[in-house]
Amino acid sequence: MTGETTGGTTGGRLVPARLGPSDVLRTGVAGLRTRPARVILSALGIAIGIATMIAVLGVSASSREELLRRLDRLGTNLLTVSPGHTLFGEQAKLPEEALRMVRRIGPVRTASATGVVGTTIRRTDRIPEAVTGGIAVQAATSGLLATLEGRVTAGAWLNAATETRPAVVLGAKAAERLGVTRTGVRVWMGERWFTVVGILGPMPLAPEIERSALVGFPAAADYLGFDGHPTTIYERSTEESVEAVRAVLPRTVNPENPEEVTVSRPSDALAARAAAASAFTGLLLGLGAVALLVGGVGVANTMVISVLERRREIGLRRSLGATRGQVRLQFLTESLLLSALGGLAGTVLGGLATTAYALARGWPPVVPPWAFAGAAGAALVIGTIAGLYPAMRAARLPPTAALSAT
Amino acid sequence: MNRLPNEPVRAGGPYVVELREVTRTYGGVRALRGVDLLVEQGELVAVAGPSGSGKSTMLHLIGTLDRPTTGTVRIAGHDVPGLSDRELSALRARHLGFVFQQFHLAPGVAALDNVADGLLYTGVPPRARREKAAAALERVGLGHRLGHRPHQLSGGEQQRVAVARAVAGDPPLLLADEPTGNLDSEAGTEVLAVLRDLHASGTTILVITHDAEIAAWCPRQVRVRDGRIAGDDGPGTGRRAPGAVPATAKGASR
Ligand SMILES: Nc1ncnc2c1ncn2[C@@H]1O[C@H](COP(=O)(O)OP(=O)(O)O)[C@@H](O)[C@H]1O
Ligand SMILES: [Mg+2]
Repeated sequence: MTGETTGGTTGGRLVPARLGPSDVLRTGVAGLRTRPARVILSALGIAIGIATMIAVLGVSASSREELLRRLDRLGTNLLTVSPGHTLFGEQAKLPEEALRMVRRIGPVRTASATGVVGTTIRRTDRIPEAVTGGIAVQAATSGLLATLEGRVTAGAWLNAATETRPAVVLGAKAAERLGVTRTGVRVWMGERWFTVVGILGPMPLAPEIERSALVGFPAAADYLGFDGHPTTIYERSTEESVEAVRAVLPRTVNPENPEEVTVSRPSDALAARAAAASAFTGLLLGLGAVALLVGGVGVANTMVISVLERRREIGLRRSLGATRGQVRLQFLTESLLLSALGGLAGTVLGGLATTAYALARGWPPVVPPWAFAGAAGAALVIGTIAGLYPAMRAARLPPTAALSAT
Repeated sequence: MNRLPNEPVRAGGPYVVELREVTRTYGGVRALRGVDLLVEQGELVAVAGPSGSGKSTMLHLIGTLDRPTTGTVRIAGHDVPGLSDRELSALRARHLGFVFQQFHLAPGVAALDNVADGLLYTGVPPRARREKAAAALERVGLGHRLGHRPHQLSGGEQQRVAVARAVAGDPPLLLADEPTGNLDSEAGTEVLAVLRDLHASGTTILVITHDAEIAAWCPRQVRVRDGRIAGDDGPGTGRRAPGAVPATAKGASR
């Protein structure tokens, strides 16, 4: 190495000195220092492109993280059983004893049922029956709230006393649509008044409950002519045995016609949403890529101009002993620095945008690490491609360029 | 010519510059039409001649920035046409210093760094570069201007910084193309005084000029006309000390 670093004649042979990394960096920075405005403008395109992509990836990762956390809180061990269709295409019914059968399955920890009651709920008897507000009147077993791990925001859930009385608990959306904000008010159901004794909070895994008015099974039979057939059974088992329970549920619920039973896992819908990258994300990523491309063209353009303007500097460096390779490396370094600068600014901007957006929506801010790696890689590739042609042009300039007057 | 192209002849030949029957044509223009020039170590040579006579072309060839169309160019014993571009770069880094009519200083960069960066391609480590740069600036009488940027310096001072850059690496040969061409007479005198001191300390110097007074000041004059040598005091005569620096040396009016 000593022969190379002295850069002189070594035994009669001429070997150019090799530039150390810091010297290469020095040559690359030299061109940027004197033109700060141009540096900022040409790095801006890349910064915008990288920021867009980081923010898009960050926001979608944050929303996914939020969904997964919610899923974690809600649990994935809830299964629902509902009647499917008969062979003849008619709506099937679950047997009256279905709930009891489900509770007998070993790993099942809790099970409850609701049954649709063929009536409507209205604020007063003067509102026409057709105006239901999309609220379903359902009978509910007293364990339902525990099974769904829900809670009331006002009043109380049905108990042994109220489930036999003309008392009703409203789902969150049902209460909102009826304009009911407190307990004690009366609502018109079937052909009589019921008293609102409770209002439920949100039920992410059972949105249908949010839109229901719930009365006890005995009260539904006594006052509303309910036939006693459950229409949905909610069941939780241990996490490990969910699949096993799922397999035996149809036969347990309806031994004669297991094919008329539909079993579903509400958390699957949430999980699917978490897994799916939306088409919107793809579109925004595409936009970011276009911005990046434009940024790359901007850097290439700046570099070409820079080479044209600096013919004399290039000639001077050649006269000082720079090889073509060293001139090429100088301009490549400059281009890489430009895009690295843009990439860095873009990463910071994208990270900030992600954080701001996620925090505003109450999500945990997350940017996948591979997005950072991708940003660095993209900046590197763009810087190289954008700098390659100008660098080659610079290297090809004749050394006499420095001496010529123009 | 049965020598290997890269074999140095330093031991046998004392010449720093050796041009033999050199021609250079640009398309149809014959800029040099058969030039012979021998320069020994330690000479101060003026290459004079009217505009368009081929002086700059000659300097390009001596400076290995260009190659001859035909003929032999040997610099510091190295046969230029036989060298690769990389080898020529190394030759320039090690053996040659250039001073141009335009100073070519990096704007906004302190004199010390302008000079130190001139050593970037010589393989000298950064700290030594700055030490050598400071010494070179001292030599051209700018030891008190190390931190000044080009726009804070007069024209003569800027050109002296450029001279310091050219000689910081102690190259055996200094080539100057119209070094006072952009300067007023006072500043031109400053620069010539620096060249005189460098010559006194043993540097071989070739000055291109079309100023008769500057040419006359140099101990050896080579006259170029229409791409040919029209007059030469002869190898070795340039070792003599020059006369007094012409106080009225006019900046060339290009
Ligand atoms: N790169 C070039 N391309 C074409 N012609 C050139 C080039 N360089 C020099 N010449 C021509 O060669 C001749 C000598 O030029 P030059 O060496 O610059 O003369 P001087 O320096 O003595 O004024 C001129 O006729 C000039 O036009
Ligand atoms: Mg000229």
